[in-house]
Amino acid sequence: MIVAGCDVGSLTSKALILNNKNVLGYCVIRSKTRPEESAREVFELALKKAAVHEEQVMCCVGTGYGRNKIPFIQEAVSEITCHGKGALWVMPRVRTVIDIGGQDCKAIRIDKEGTIQKFTTNDKCAAGTGRFLEVMAKLLGVAIDELGGLKGGQNQEPLTLSSACTVWAQAEVIHHLNIGKSKGDIAEAINRAMAGRVAILVGNVGLEKDVCMTGGVAKNTGVVRHLEKMLGVKIKRLKFDPQIMGALGAAIIAKQMYTGENP
Amino acid sequence: MIVAGCDLGSLTAKAVILDENNILASQIIQDAPEPETSARQVMDLALKQAGVLVDSIAYCVGTGYGRNQIPFADAVESEISCHGKGAQWKDASIRMVIDIGGQDAKAIRLDAHGNVIRYIYNDKCASGTGRFLEVMADALGIGIEEMGRVSQTSKSPVTISNQCVIFAETEIISLVNEGTSPPDIISGLHRALAHRVAALAKSIELEEHIAFTGGVAKNPGMVAALEAALGRNLTKTGLDPQINGALGAALVARKALQDRS
Repeated sequence: MIVAGCDVGSLTSKALILNNKNVLGYCVIRSKTRPEESAREVFELALKKAAVHEEQVMCCVGTGYGRNKIPFIQEAVSEITCHGKGALWVMPRVRTVIDIGGQDCKAIRIDKEGTIQKFTTNDKCAAGTGRFLEVMAKLLGVAIDELGGLKGGQNQEPLTLSSACTVWAQAEVIHHLNIGKSKGDIAEAINRAMAGRVAILVGNVGLEKDVCMTGGVAKNTGVVRHLEKMLGVKIKRLKFDPQIMGALGAAIIAKQMYTGENP
Repeated sequence: MIVAGCDLGSLTAKAVILDENNILASQIIQDAPEPETSARQVMDLALKQAGVLVDSIAYCVGTGYGRNQIPFADAVESEISCHGKGAQWKDASIRMVIDIGGQDAKAIRLDAHGNVIRYIYNDKCASGTGRFLEVMADALGIGIEEMGRVSQTSKSPVTISNQCVIFAETEIISLVNEGTSPPDIISGLHRALAHRVAALAKSIELEEHIAFTGGVAKNPGMVAALEAALGRNLTKTGLDPQINGALGAALVARKALQDRS
């Protein structure tokens, strides 16, 4: 039985095609101006990768920022629920999910069934969200996926950013660049500042092991490393692209809805 | 007796020269990269305008963000107390100052003698400071000093839903792309900033007579928006609101001389 999940986020849109326990295909694209367009395009690309026709998809659930504008779904479900479901499916022992998206950050605590115990979210302030890293990568002139790999020099006092605010931190980064600090040292400071904001949010929901990270920022090894140090736990690597956990969770819910099994 | 005040802010430097009862000169310049240079440049301009020599300045007080880097200051004073003193010079009834600078915003409550009773400020988050309008002016491709004038033709101001400067900038760009008129956008921005700053001021309780100072107070759209957000009229002193800190510093300088003699 084939089902699908579609996650239309602020920066990227994701779709995933699931056949029972097998992921047949998925796709991530940059979101377009209109959520309807993003959803349609990414869904078709995922179908192509999965070599599946649209008519074969029995049920499709939508999630993410633009979920209420996806035309072809049977149900829209919050991304909190979907990220919990997706992460638990991949990693049954996970109890805390840290999801950092392009415009928000969430800390979600779930039980062994994937039911939400507690969550907190920041979507008011760009600090601690993917947008912070995006702005900073642009300033440094590196691609956002390169930022995590840049490392600072070992034999000196590490650079720090004193402002949490993205706007003020931008001025600090420009200052560091002007006085000739290396991109590696600055990137390290950026990743550490980012982790610091996320750690505060995680502290608010209370940490329970195992911990995993979903969303695009989970691919930034620098942020993950600093976050592990701050939280004092190992963040378990998902054996799957962390960016598609929302779409995967949506597909799992679609399957449960269609078969009527206990969610 | 001639005294001077110099206010080194994050974006601009200001200098005021006072004799017994009059402002002899006031100058505002954009900051140079070195604070010392900004201080010297703005003071040289003020001396020239006043037609006095540097030696005739009996006492000079520095204030603002860069106050400790003013080479010729005899003393320094916090901008909080300088803004309080400056605001009451022309109008002794003023009991509150709301100051919006390039990188911060403050609300200060005063007693009848210009002493600070209570104050609050925000310099942690760019939203709610002058930087908010600066970033948005850039995004709109207009000069920040034009915003007030442009906003006056607004018919239905937009509601800006994001507080964060970074998110609001994206929102503005979408509004422009959707064809929303710049006056309506700018008027909405004024309301958003006024709302933030009014909330800051209300947190220490509003007074009856309020002065609005700082560079942002030169924007008539912001004056109107702040009056609406506060629910009361602002008291206008007729002085350039941007020199209030430097004026207060000069008044502190005069007081210091009087106390000494």
